[in-house]
Amino acid sequence: MNQAVINKTPKKPLKRRIKNWTILIAVVLIYLWAFIGMPDINIKDSAGQAIKAIISGLFHPDWGYIYDPGGEDLIHALMETLAIAVLGTFISAILCLPFAFWAARNMSKHQWISNAGKFVLSAIRVFPELIMALLFIKSVGLGPFAGILALGFHSVGMLGKLFGEAIENMDFGAAEALTASGANRIQTLWFAVIPQVMPAFLSYTLYRFEISVRSAAILGIVGAGGIGAPLIFALNAHSWNRVGIILLGIIIMVTVIDFISGSIRKRLV
Amino acid sequence: MIRNFLTFVFVIILIWGSAIKTGVSFSSFVRGLPNMWTLIAEMFPPNWHYFSYITKPMLETIRMAVLGTTAGGVAAIPFALFSSRNVVRMPMIYYPARFMMNLIRTIPELLLAALFVPILGIGEIPGILAIAVFSFGIIAKLAYESVEAIDTGPLEAMTAVGANKIQWIFFGVVPQVTAQFMSYFLYSFEINIRSAAILGYVGAGGIGLYLNNTLSFFQYDRVLTIIIYTLVVVIVIDFISNKIREKLL
Repeated sequence: MNQAVINKTPKKPLKRRIKNWTILIAVVLIYLWAFIGMPDINIKDSAGQAIKAIISGLFHPDWGYIYDPGGEDLIHALMETLAIAVLGTFISAILCLPFAFWAARNMSKHQWISNAGKFVLSAIRVFPELIMALLFIKSVGLGPFAGILALGFHSVGMLGKLFGEAIENMDFGAAEALTASGANRIQTLWFAVIPQVMPAFLSYTLYRFEISVRSAAILGIVGAGGIGAPLIFALNAHSWNRVGIILLGIIIMVTVIDFISGSIRKRLV
Repeated sequence: MIRNFLTFVFVIILIWGSAIKTGVSFSSFVRGLPNMWTLIAEMFPPNWHYFSYITKPMLETIRMAVLGTTAGGVAAIPFALFSSRNVVRMPMIYYPARFMMNLIRTIPELLLAALFVPILGIGEIPGILAIAVFSFGIIAKLAYESVEAIDTGPLEAMTAVGANKIQWIFFGVVPQVTAQFMSYFLYSFEINIRSAAILGYVGAGGIGLYLNNTLSFFQYDRVLTIIIYTLVVVIVIDFISNKIREKLL
């Protein structure tokens, strides 16, 4: 008996060593493959000029583009981007609720039901929003509405997962106490469940809104509204001054939104 | 109570204003639904032969994510240290370092790629660079937050026995954050695989280029093949990466 224990103990480190070596070799192989296949960096002769033009463009932004009474200006495009993010987040915050309850482990009697919900959410999450935007452009046409729908459906994956986790972390004491004192289901939901999950839901919604603002800024590349379209036009036309002002606008917008949303989230949780 | 009510009114006005600004109309959505169904119907069945054809660009996409994440992760290490209040005690250094990180994180990856393509030419290199810059921003931010949260006990002990700053970082700070750093690295790799798949849309290499081409030639069965392939690769990599991250932490 003792002998067996003594013989058994030294085996574990060896197993572990083999495992560590296997991981190391796998990582080395991946990197070898990656570096061997890397294309040569052959910078074009015009690259120096392009860099110079870009840098000078970024430092001398096209200030005239900021406001134009005709409506084709930076402020309008940024407002449209924000509007896409607001509506996309709003749609997904509502759409994701049933998914969240479906995926929450403590809401269903069988484990497989919640697992299925989690799988559906991750399938939605990995579907690129740009492709979703392309699909919606085919159905509702070019413009911000396609972007809103793409963001609204894509964000369901992430928000549903986060909301589901918030429901899983809920304390059922309050709900049980209410049920015990004779509250009906709606009263339980209203006075015990919602007050508990609401701060987390709002906080996650704001967090997703921050991400959606960034996404809305790129959706225009495929024609789904927002600042992306003027940016890609400016890039293709090599008008670097305009690229500079648009980048500046995006940076300021995202920073301001992150700041506001972050300080609200700090108060919520 | 009044504040809640005012917040509620503000949110309603925000949503309403956004709807007016973007010209949302659900009738156009309902009218457009048949178009979408025809599109989806055209996608089926997926073009199975196309799978073998796009394996090479798919591997290219993965390679872009590997190289870009690695470059960004390595560059993030010094920056994470410079941004941490408990490592560099000078606000003169850590505030500018944080400011740069925040600035970089505001620009979406696809825009970075669109900016690099005119400089570096069409191909994988601008994609790798865009991924590197973007993952640098994420990894540096997450890493500096965990450096600031480390246990000060070992650090004080090291100072007490007379370690210099380099030793202090290598033996006091690094061992405490390595596991978290690897986890952030993998997390950013997961994100990068997804974005690498669309970077080709602006000419930055990978499968996105094929997506763009097949879409413009209305070969929707091939589009579906690309989408399925991407989903499978992303799910498999997410799964592996999640398993490793669970073990790490």
